[in-house]
Amino acid sequence: MSKGQSGLGKSTLVNTLFKSQVSRKASSWNREEKIPKTVEIKAIGHVIEEGGVKMKLTVIDTPGFGDQINNENCWEPIEKYINEQYEKFLKEEVNIARKKRIPDTRVHCCLYFISPTGHSLRPLDLEFMKHLSKVVNIVPVIAKADTMTLEEKSEFKQRVRKELEVNGIEFYPQKEFDEDLEDKTENDKIRQESMPFAVVGSDKEYQVNGKRVLGRKTPWGIIEVENLNHCEFALLRDFVIRTHLQDLKEVTHNIHYETYRAKRLNDNGGLPPGEGLLGTVLPPVPATPCPTAE
Amino acid sequence: MGKGIQDKEYVGFAALPNQLHRKSVKKGFDFTLMVAGESGLGKSTLVNSLFLTNLYADRQLPEASARLTQTLTIERRGVEIEEGGIKVKLTLVDTPGFGDSVDCSDCWLPVVRFIEEQFEQYLRDESGLNRKNIQDSRVHCCLYFISPFGRGLRPLDVAFLRAVHEKVNIIPVIGKADALMPKETQALKQKIRDQLKEEEINIYQFPDCDSDEDEDFKRQDAEMKESIPFAVVGSCEVVRDGGTRPVRGRHYSWGTVEVENPHHCDFLNLRRMLVQTHLQDLKEVTHDLLYEGYRARCLQSLARPGARDRASRSKLSRQSATEIPLPMLPLADTEKLIREKDEELRRMQEMLEKMQAQMQQSQAPGEQSDAL
Repeated sequence: MSKGQSGLGKSTLVNTLFKSQVSRKASSWNREEKIPKTVEIKAIGHVIEEGGVKMKLTVIDTPGFGDQINNENCWEPIEKYINEQYEKFLKEEVNIARKKRIPDTRVHCCLYFISPTGHSLRPLDLEFMKHLSKVVNIVPVIAKADTMTLEEKSEFKQRVRKELEVNGIEFYPQKEFDEDLEDKTENDKIRQESMPFAVVGSDKEYQVNGKRVLGRKTPWGIIEVENLNHCEFALLRDFVIRTHLQDLKEVTHNIHYETYRAKRLNDNGGLPPGEGLLGTVLPPVPATPCPTAE
Repeated sequence: MGKGIQDKEYVGFAALPNQLHRKSVKKGFDFTLMVAGESGLGKSTLVNSLFLTNLYADRQLPEASARLTQTLTIERRGVEIEEGGIKVKLTLVDTPGFGDSVDCSDCWLPVVRFIEEQFEQYLRDESGLNRKNIQDSRVHCCLYFISPFGRGLRPLDVAFLRAVHEKVNIIPVIGKADALMPKETQALKQKIRDQLKEEEINIYQFPDCDSDEDEDFKRQDAEMKESIPFAVVGSCEVVRDGGTRPVRGRHYSWGTVEVENPHHCDFLNLRRMLVQTHLQDLKEVTHDLLYEGYRARCLQSLARPGARDRASRSKLSRQSATEIPLPMLPLADTEKLIREKDEELRRMQEMLEKMQAQMQQSQAPGEQSDAL
């Protein structure tokens, strides 16, 4: 799932990550395109293949988030959507005649795009991440990072990390879920040095030193998306796809989903949902209030 | 003419401009510039770049959690700049907190109020008994920063611009323009221009150059006008481009953006238009058009009690007991004053209409702003 204000390059980045047109770009300069009045949830499913391995990827976009003058509670539709997927899974799980493979529509990872202001997080960013970090894995990402110099980037990242810590926001990989020392050291390094990844996305190719590379061509130089000296896109891609994909799914299933399930069962008196008195179906848990401990 | 031709046909008033020049230089120039737009768009850096001075040395940037409860404040900073013997007293008006909150409803109201308060102050001074040293604190120009990361004007931008466009000269600017590739810049500019037209927002119109200017100047002038909104990059750091000459710019791993390179951004255009060529015009438009519009509205509501402009009336009545918009006179004379003001108002309205007609002639068609 990709989240952030319009124009932060979410769709382009997702396309770059999966090297295919998996995200429908609100054709950036489409004049008829209006900012939606409320946050919309758009889910598009794709099957992509690499080296004989097939992956069913669902990209969920949230156009309209943070675009209005008054953005109070604009994260609620998103929280509702995530909980609805947990509910769907739960219903399948408690079914008497269960499917062998329950279709998993749960959100495994939420890429949150931070605007590269160079100052600090915006209040909206804080509010969103505070509410959602307890229900879904959040991977914060600094969008359009080609406007920051190296010093500005590292200062901004430090400030963001500190602000997240001060506000008790745990982004993925969460400290409490490190399974062993090996995981901890690896994740510590990522948490304290690399994240949030400062990325640049592009779907255009240019010729650089005889190679065709994805990049952005400006009058003062070509920014190469996969060049680690230019931006951290490659780090993000490796992190989300090559090393932590399975872990993202596991944490979603073992932690976030279980938390939701426990809450639902508790509310329903220990009975699985759908089996209250007279078989009445109970509504799903309302949006989680600002969490204290878990 | 005819007989009686004198030896010298030179009377000497060709020297008038020099006298004017000397007097102006002695008096010095003052200019109030407002910068507005959400945080992190490079406003402070650009201002420092424009005037080659660090106006923000003492600034402390608040953290995100502090900004959660921050309301918009108006900050004024003054600096005296001198160049080539010409002194400029520059006042910078900043609007920290704008667009920061989760709920930004009405966050532009303090700005509107501020602008009107300056008009009000001037009106009071102008109507006062001692008019020798009127300080002009009116806002002559507002540089409005638009994000390069968006898809044009956002709802907040539109709301702000609509609230102030009849009260201050707006020059829209795209901040941090080095985020964009050339094609993206063009597309964004066009989108913004279309949106401004659609929302009927009147930005400052750079007047047409005189017909007797040379072709080069005219072409330059046309190019400058077409590059609005200006896509700017600011920097006060000197870097070496590719290791050769020192330029003001931003150094990245993939290249160096040069602030004063017209192929990289519109900084030079903006600086030229704002400081070198149109500073005086901005002040004149503020005085002749925007201020007069305010004054007319104000006096109209005074002269006719209970009439139209409720907003400015309620504002005037909110004044503390010791302050009144017009000089204190005995009650009997108030009637006379009202009558006199009525006369003056009629005369001013005529003059205003004449000036509007004049401006209409000298401006591009279809973009005339209605001051009243």
